[in-house]
Amino acid sequence: MNIAVLLNMVPDLVEDLEIDASGTALDTQWMRYVLSESDEHALEQALLLKGRLGARVTVLALESGDAEEALFSSLAKGADEAVKITGVSPGHSKRALAATFKEALKNMPSDLILTGVYAIDDLDGHVAGLLAGMMGLPFVGVTRSVEPADGHVVVQKELPGGAAVEIEVGLPAVLGVLSAPQPPRYVPVAKIRETRKSRALVERVTAPVQPDGVTIRRLFKPEPAERATMLEGSPEEVARQIAALLRQRGLVR
Amino acid sequence: METGDLRGAASAAQVHPALLFDPHEDWRRAFDPCIQCGLCGGACPLAHAMDYTPRRAIHLAREGLLDRVLQSNTLWLCVSCYTCTARCPTGLKITDVLFPALRDAAINAGLQLPGEFKRALDNTYRYGNSLGEGPRKRLEWTKGAGVPVPVISQVRRRVEVLWLVECYPSYHLRNQVQAQAMARLLHAMGVDFAILGPEEHCVGDCERLAGERGLFESLVEYNTSLLDKYEYDVLVTGDPHAYNALTRIYPTITGRTYPIRHYVEFFARRLDALKPLLTHRIDARVTYHDNCCLGRMCGLYDAPRALLRAIPGVSLVEMAFSRENALCCGGGGGGMWLDGVIWQAAGERLSDRRIGHALATGADILAVSCPFETSRFEDSLKSTGHEGRMVVRDILELLDRSMQGGTPA
Repeated sequence: MNIAVLLNMVPDLVEDLEIDASGTALDTQWMRYVLSESDEHALEQALLLKGRLGARVTVLALESGDAEEALFSSLAKGADEAVKITGVSPGHSKRALAATFKEALKNMPSDLILTGVYAIDDLDGHVAGLLAGMMGLPFVGVTRSVEPADGHVVVQKELPGGAAVEIEVGLPAVLGVLSAPQPPRYVPVAKIRETRKSRALVERVTAPVQPDGVTIRRLFKPEPAERATMLEGSPEEVARQIAALLRQRGLVR
Repeated sequence: METGDLRGAASAAQVHPALLFDPHEDWRRAFDPCIQCGLCGGACPLAHAMDYTPRRAIHLAREGLLDRVLQSNTLWLCVSCYTCTARCPTGLKITDVLFPALRDAAINAGLQLPGEFKRALDNTYRYGNSLGEGPRKRLEWTKGAGVPVPVISQVRRRVEVLWLVECYPSYHLRNQVQAQAMARLLHAMGVDFAILGPEEHCVGDCERLAGERGLFESLVEYNTSLLDKYEYDVLVTGDPHAYNALTRIYPTITGRTYPIRHYVEFFARRLDALKPLLTHRIDARVTYHDNCCLGRMCGLYDAPRALLRAIPGVSLVEMAFSRENALCCGGGGGGMWLDGVIWQAAGERLSDRRIGHALATGADILAVSCPFETSRFEDSLKSTGHEGRMVVRDILELLDRSMQGGTPA
């Protein structure tokens, strides 16, 4: 089984985000990028399948800040190949990003294409679904486990309201991973350092994609409609005020 | 002017670098001389909760049953208090070699690591601090210092003191107060000092003891080249772990020595200049908690007490277990990131037991000199139902209070 894992780098919220002078983009002076959390789970899911089936795992990421770190760390964790996609900058468009991934996956036959179901810059989880649509493949999102079966996979998916559903998915397929059955593994720093010395990334140049007619007009921080009220006094007084407020608003009786 | 040598003989304790860092060296051979006396297990404050005491772990590892040790809870319960190391009649480096080696083996075997522990290591690798804070925020505490806190990259000249603020005093709200107190003391004494600011990364002692060998090596490389960039007479830190690593461990790796002082030592050597500043009385009974790195490993027992005695009004009382026999707060060597794991296994935190020792003295103030300890002991006062019985203050906070006045501690 060949598994491709698509990695997305997202702004690291450890530093406060600031908007640049153009008013349409983030100020990147202090900003770093970090691997999207659900992509870490997609990688873990792929490595678990590799452990059980001997699958071959290829990770792909767009050339961007800190992407090399994520790619080398994936190799150190056990991925077989890491591909850095260059020559393209899809900007904010998730459609363009999906098209770029499709282009990069050309000539790379994959039985399973895994990626995080969402990212902090893709809360509506477009990328995996768009990619499946473009490739004409089945898609299931919000998965929490992927089990191999005879010629297909059995996927558990979370539904709203605390229910879960088990789905049989024919291969090849695109899956949007919410979580792997176990937390992403820790990779010792010595192993990452060793990998950086002994392994190389595969570079894949893709052609720029067509603009999709969506343009950012303004990027801004939401302004609070009302100021918060600070309750003051001793802990007992504050507790009394909270209780009174809850009763007043009909939240408790 | 610095006077006198306040450091004890224990600082001579050296670790053979090969045992810590050469992966081909079988660390188990270092424990061949173990006579299986069991003093380590007898001395260990958490041995009662361990599947195997250090003695049994050594025995199993020597017999080729390392896997059994790695599957046990033993390797996660060491908080690097160095009591076993201090007691071992054969002089084996149980704290510095055995536990880091066991954890290194567990990490490399791909065992599932405790979540908070893993997060702290990930954070240190990515951000240079276990708290997962951004480099830019390293300077935030300076806003509340009330005195200028120069950053060495902007000073661009040799300074008398390069102050390694370290991670908890830079970022942790409770510890920032201590950093601010230290800045005011240095300023008032006319010390020419600077900090590293956003460039600073963790010195890495807890990461070393946590067994993340590669992470510690990368921190050593980073810090060595960072310290090479600047000129200074001495390094001063408020972090006993940073002091431990720079005194005992960095030299074994880099082959160089660092002029490092913990602040207790730095200020105690300048008592003549400090004393005239301590004009406000703190009328209180104070007991001092010897932390493991300054005490058992580096022999700094007298300097913190000299500082407390210099504060007018302070009457110093000793706990039943003090100096070499002090009980650890439980936060060292990764203990801060294994708190839940240890609590689940032992049913208590060492700080809960230790606060009992402090309360038994009848002291009003528990004085400490390690950033981990203020919040740990304050939490323990609450969780053991003794809030209000005593307060926990870093020596820096007490010196600052005596210098500035204000409400009693």
